[in-house]
Amino acid sequence: MTASYVPQGEHRRKASTLASSLSPAMLGRAARDAVVKLDPRKLTGNPVIFATWIVALLASASTVAEIMAGHDWGFEIQIALWLWATVLFANLAESVAEGRGKAAADSLRATRVTTKAKLIVDPVTGTIVPTPAHKLGVGEIVLVEAGDVIPADGEIIEGVASVNEAAITGESAPVIRESGGDRSAVTGGTTVVSDWLKIRITSEAGNTFLDRMIAMVEGADRRKTPNEIALAVLLAGLTLIFLIAVATLLGLGKYSGIVLPPMVLGALFITLIPTTIGGLLSAVGIAGMDRLLKVNVLATSGRAVEAAGDVDTLLLDKTGTITFGNRMATEVIAAPGMRQEIVMRATLMASLGDETPEGRSIVDLARSQGLELEAPEGATLIPFSATTRQSGLDADGQSWRKGAVDAVIRSLDLKPEQIPADLSAAVDRIARSGGTPLAVSENGVLVGVIHLKDVVKPNVKERFADLRRMGLRTVMITGDNPVTAAAIASEAGVDDFLAEATPEDKLRLIREEQAKGRLVAMCGDGANDAPALAQSDVGVAMQTGAQAAREAGNMVDLDSDPTKVIEIVEVGKQMLITRGALTTFSIANDVAKYFAIIPAMFVTALPALGALNVMNLHSPESAILSAVIFNALIIVALIPLALRGVRYRAVGAAKLLSRNLLIYGLGGLIAPFIGIKLIDMIVSGLGLA
Amino acid sequence: MTWQGWAEIALTLAVAIGLGWPLGVYMSRVWNGERTWLDPVFKPVERLVYAGCGVDATKSQTWFSYAAALLAFNAVGFFLVYAIIRLQGVLPLNPQEFAGVSEHLAFNTAVSFVTNTNWQSYGGESTMSHFSQMAALTVQNFVSAATGAAIAAALARAFIAHRGEGVGNFWADLVRTTLYVLLPCSIVLALVLVALGVPQTLQASALATTVEGADQKMSLFAVASQLAIKQLGINGGGIFNVNSAHPFENPNPLTNFLTAVSINVLGWAAFFAFGRSALAGKDIRALVMAAAILLSAGATGIYLAETQPAPALVAAGVDASQNMEGKEVRFGAAATAAWAAQTTGASNGSVNGMHGSFMPLGGGIAMFLMMLGEILPGGIGSGIAIMVVMALLAVFIAGLMVGRTPEYLGKKVEAKEIKLAMLAVLVVPLSMLGFSAIAAILPEALKGLLNHGPHGLSEILYAYVSTTANNGSAFAGLTANAPWWNTTLGLAMLMGRFVPIIAVLAIAGSLVAKPKLAPSAGTLPTDSGQFVGLLVGVILILGGLQFFPALALGPIVEHFQVLTTLAAR
Repeated sequence: MTASYVPQGEHRRKASTLASSLSPAMLGRAARDAVVKLDPRKLTGNPVIFATWIVALLASASTVAEIMAGHDWGFEIQIALWLWATVLFANLAESVAEGRGKAAADSLRATRVTTKAKLIVDPVTGTIVPTPAHKLGVGEIVLVEAGDVIPADGEIIEGVASVNEAAITGESAPVIRESGGDRSAVTGGTTVVSDWLKIRITSEAGNTFLDRMIAMVEGADRRKTPNEIALAVLLAGLTLIFLIAVATLLGLGKYSGIVLPPMVLGALFITLIPTTIGGLLSAVGIAGMDRLLKVNVLATSGRAVEAAGDVDTLLLDKTGTITFGNRMATEVIAAPGMRQEIVMRATLMASLGDETPEGRSIVDLARSQGLELEAPEGATLIPFSATTRQSGLDADGQSWRKGAVDAVIRSLDLKPEQIPADLSAAVDRIARSGGTPLAVSENGVLVGVIHLKDVVKPNVKERFADLRRMGLRTVMITGDNPVTAAAIASEAGVDDFLAEATPEDKLRLIREEQAKGRLVAMCGDGANDAPALAQSDVGVAMQTGAQAAREAGNMVDLDSDPTKVIEIVEVGKQMLITRGALTTFSIANDVAKYFAIIPAMFVTALPALGALNVMNLHSPESAILSAVIFNALIIVALIPLALRGVRYRAVGAAKLLSRNLLIYGLGGLIAPFIGIKLIDMIVSGLGLA
Repeated sequence: MTWQGWAEIALTLAVAIGLGWPLGVYMSRVWNGERTWLDPVFKPVERLVYAGCGVDATKSQTWFSYAAALLAFNAVGFFLVYAIIRLQGVLPLNPQEFAGVSEHLAFNTAVSFVTNTNWQSYGGESTMSHFSQMAALTVQNFVSAATGAAIAAALARAFIAHRGEGVGNFWADLVRTTLYVLLPCSIVLALVLVALGVPQTLQASALATTVEGADQKMSLFAVASQLAIKQLGINGGGIFNVNSAHPFENPNPLTNFLTAVSINVLGWAAFFAFGRSALAGKDIRALVMAAAILLSAGATGIYLAETQPAPALVAAGVDASQNMEGKEVRFGAAATAAWAAQTTGASNGSVNGMHGSFMPLGGGIAMFLMMLGEILPGGIGSGIAIMVVMALLAVFIAGLMVGRTPEYLGKKVEAKEIKLAMLAVLVVPLSMLGFSAIAAILPEALKGLLNHGPHGLSEILYAYVSTTANNGSAFAGLTANAPWWNTTLGLAMLMGRFVPIIAVLAIAGSLVAKPKLAPSAGTLPTDSGQFVGLLVGVILILGGLQFFPALALGPIVEHFQVLTTLAAR
C-alpha cells in the first residue's frame, strides 16, 4: 500500500455531499410514498404490518356495517382510522429512511454521461467514432481528453492524466491516474481535467460503479440481511402467538358470559403484536446504510454492514493508518564535547538539499528549534547514491554529510574505538526502539546522530483502546523488520503485529483467524490486496485503489481513508443495537397494553376484574382507544431514533447491555403506562370515548 | 406462615439442586461415554442390549436419523402399552381381575406414559392390573424419561461441535441413561422408601378394620419401586388415585421430604450434565440460577396464598386460620406448597394435595409454572433443552443490544434456529389455549366439569396446560375419563411432547454444522447475574403475555371475586 491517503478527519468536511439531511421536500415525498405503500402487495415482506393492514380493513368493513345498521359508530371509526394510521406511520418510517438515499441517488444520476464517447474503432490509425456511452461494450477502447467525462468504468491502457472524481467522492482535488499499477482504474462519471487517456471499458452500461452506487443508495438493491430475516421470523412467530391468545378468547370469553366485539379483539391483537419494531425494522436497516454513506463509505450489501458489527479482528496496515507513512526526525544527539547548536546547524546544512520527506522533516525539526538557514551561494549539492549511502552539501570549502551510520563511519575511516561511546549507545538505542539512526559529519568530523522515527498518528492509541473495549483485536500489518514493527506496535497499542508481511502472509493470517471462529475486517487498495479483501468478512477497498481491490471488497471508502474501518464497525454495531433496543421496547410495551385492554374487555361481565385497571382509565372504550392510539403514535415518536440509531459506546458488552436494558427494557415497561394514561385523559377530555 | 414452613421450602429446593450437581457430573460422564464406577456391572448388560437389538451404538447420527430413531422407539412403546392395557384381562398378574380398559382410555394412557406425562384419567388401584403397572407403565416411566434426557445430550453435543455432522447415537443415549442413571438411582430410593414404611409387595390388598368397626380392603402393590421411578423419572403417575397424598405412597413427613426432593433432583442433574457435556458449566449455572429463582418465587407465591384463610370457612364463621382444604394434615401448607411448585415446575405431576382446592392464586401459580414450558427444571433433559431454547430467544431479543448478531455458547443464532425455537414455543399456547377454548363452549366437554364459573374454566385450562406441558398433575374436579377428554388430552400430550423434541433436535442439527466462535470482550456474557435477570424477564414476559388473558378469566378473576366476597363481610 502506498500513501496517498486523505489525512485523518478530513473526510468529515465532505460528509454531507451524498447524504443530505432531512428537508421539507423530502418529507413531502416520503409522505406520498407512505400512501403508495398501502398497496398490500408491498407489505407481504413485513408480516406484522401486513397483519395490521388486514385488521384495519376488517375494522373499516365493520364500521361501515355499523353505520348501515344505524348503530353508534363513533368508537368503531376511530379505531379503524387509528389502525390505518399505524400502517401509514410504519410506511412513513420506511419512506423517510429511503428518502435520504433517493435524494443522494438523484444527485448521482445527474452526473451520468449524456455526451458522446470517442470510440476508437481502429487502434492502428486511431480513427474515432462518436458513440453514446450506453452503447459501449466491454473491451472497447475509448479516448478521453481534457474536459471529457469518462463514459464508463475502465482500465487505462495508455496515458497519464489528472482526473476530477468529485462526482463519486465529493473530493474536488484531482487525482493522478495512469496506465499500469494500482492507479489504472477509472470510474465512469468522473472528469479528465488535463492530458488524455486511452481506456479499455470494463463494465457494461447499467452495471457501472456509478449505476451500482445509485442502486445501493436508493435501496432498490436492498435485500434483507440474515439478522433482519431472523428478526422477522421472531416477529412473525410472536404475531402468531398473539393471534392464538386473542382468538381463543372467543371461546374462553363465551364460557365466561362475555360478548367480545370483533373490533375490540382486533384492537387487542394489533396492540399486542410488535408493530413498533415491525414498522421500524426496514427503516433501521436503510438508515444503517445511510449512516455509512454519510461517512462516505459505500457498502455493497446490508449484510456487510451487519458483519461489521460482529468483527473480532481488525487488520490494519501500519503505513498511513497507524503511522504517517514517512519517517521523521525527532531529535539530534550531539557527540561528546560538541555544542548542541553547532550540531543542529551541521545537521541542517547537510539536509538543505535533501528534498525527500526525511530531509524535509529535518529542516522542520531545525525550524521548530528556531534555526533557519538558506543554502549559501554556489553551494554544491551532493545527492544520495546507493554506493555512498549519504548525501550533503559542499560550500565555501566546507562539507556536511549525513547518511547511514556505517556508511558515514566508513567514509570517515574511523576505527571502532575512535567512535565516542555515548554516540554508539545512542545509535543502539535508536535502532532498538525501531527508529533509524543517521550519522552527521562536518568537515570530516563525526558530530552527531539524527533519530528518524516512524511517527504514530495522534489519538490512535486511544482509538485502539476503545476497540479493545468493544472486543476487537487489532493486528498491525507491516513490511518492516520485527524489531521496528514491535516498537511501533507497542507505541500504537495494537494487540499484535505481522512483520515483513507479504500479501500471502496477510491472506494466511485472515484464514487462521477465521479458523479460530473470528470475523476479520481489513482495508486495502492494491491489486495484490484483492485476495485478502475477498477472504475477509468485511473488506474495505479504497476508492483510489486498483479496480481488482474495489471489486474484491464488500465496501468502498470514497475518501480512501484506512482508519475508516473503525467507523464502519461502529455503524454496524449501532445498527444491531438499534434493532435490539426497538425489539425489546416493543415487547416490553405489551405489559401496559394488557393492563389497559384486559379489564376494559371483561369488566362488564366480571366486575371483579376492574381491579386490574391500575391506570384508572376513564371507560372501557377510552382505554382500548388510548392503547391503539399509543401504539400508532409510538412508531412516529421512534422514527428519529430508528434513523439516527442508538448511540454506541465503547464500554464492553456487559455494561452496554445493562444500560440499554435499563433504557429500552425498563423504559419500554414504564413508558406506555404513562403514555396511555395521558392519551386516555385527552380522549376522555375531548369526549371521544 | 412460619419460619419452619419457609425453611422446609428452602431446604427442599436447595437439597434437590445440591444433589443434582454431583449427579449431573455423573450423568454427563454417562452421556459422553466416559468411564463410570458402575461399568463393571452395566457394561456387559449394555453390550448385550446393543448386540441383541443389532444396533451400532458407536455411530454418531445426523439429527434427522436421531429423531427418526427416537420417534420409532416411542411409536413402538405406544403400541405396546396400548395392547397390554387393552388385553390386561387375559394377561397374567391380575389378582383383582380387572378387565381391559376402553379404547379412548387406552389411547390416553398409552400416550400419557410414552410422553412422560402420566396424566391419569383413571384411578390406579381400581383400573390397572399388576402386569399393566409393571410391564407397560413402569417400563415407560424409565424409557420416556431417558428419551427426554437423550435430546439434551444431543443438543449439548451440537454446541461443542465445530462444523460437525452427528449429534450422537439415540440408542446409546437411551440405553446408557436408563441403565447407568435411572436404574441405580431408583433402586437406592426404593430401598430407602421401603425402610421408611412404603409397601413393596405383589399381594393384591390388605384387610383392615376401621374405627367404625367396618371391614376395609386396602389395595397394595410394589409401591416403593414404582414410586421411586415415578418421582425420579419426573413421571408423576401414581399407583393410587390420590397419588402422593396416599398414606402408602407417602406415609410420613420424611418420605414426603425425600420424594419431594427426588421430583427435581434428576431435572437439575440434567442441567449440570448439559453444562459439563457442552463445556459451558458457567453458562448453564446461570440457567440453573434463573430456574431456581422462578421456582422459589412460585413456591413462595403458593405458600403465601395457601396460608390465607379459606374463604368458604370464613363465610361459615368457623376457624379458618389457613386454607387446609385438600391438604394432608401430615404435611401442612408449607410442604404442600413446596411440593406443588416442585411438581409443576418440573414436569412431574405427582401431587400431595389437591390443586383444585388451593386458593385461586395458589392454583393459578401452579398453572403458570407449567405454562412457562416445564423448565424449572422440567423433565430430565427435556427441561434443560427447552430452557436453552428460552436462552436462545433471550439472547436474540436483547443480545442485539450489545452490537453483535446474537450468539449463544459460541454458536450464531440465526433465522433457522429462531424459526425452530418459535415452533417449539408456539405449539404450547396453540394446544393449551386452543383446546381449552373449544372445550369451554362444547357441551360434551362441559359435562366433565365439577364447578362452573371461573373455577370451572380453571379446571379446563389446568387439564390442557398440564397435559401439553407433559406434567400430568390434575386440578381435581374434572372427570376426564370420557371420549372427548381422553382423546383431546392425548393429542395435547403428543403435541406438547414431540413438536418441541423435533424442533430441539433440528436446532441441534443446525447448530452442529456451524463454526464454534471464540468469545471476545464484545460478546454478550451469558454466565453473569445480568443474563440471569434478562432470562427471567424474557421467560416471564413471554409466558405472561401469552397466558394473561386466559388466566384473567380463570384464577385471577376468581381471586378478585374472593377478595370482594371477603371484603363484603
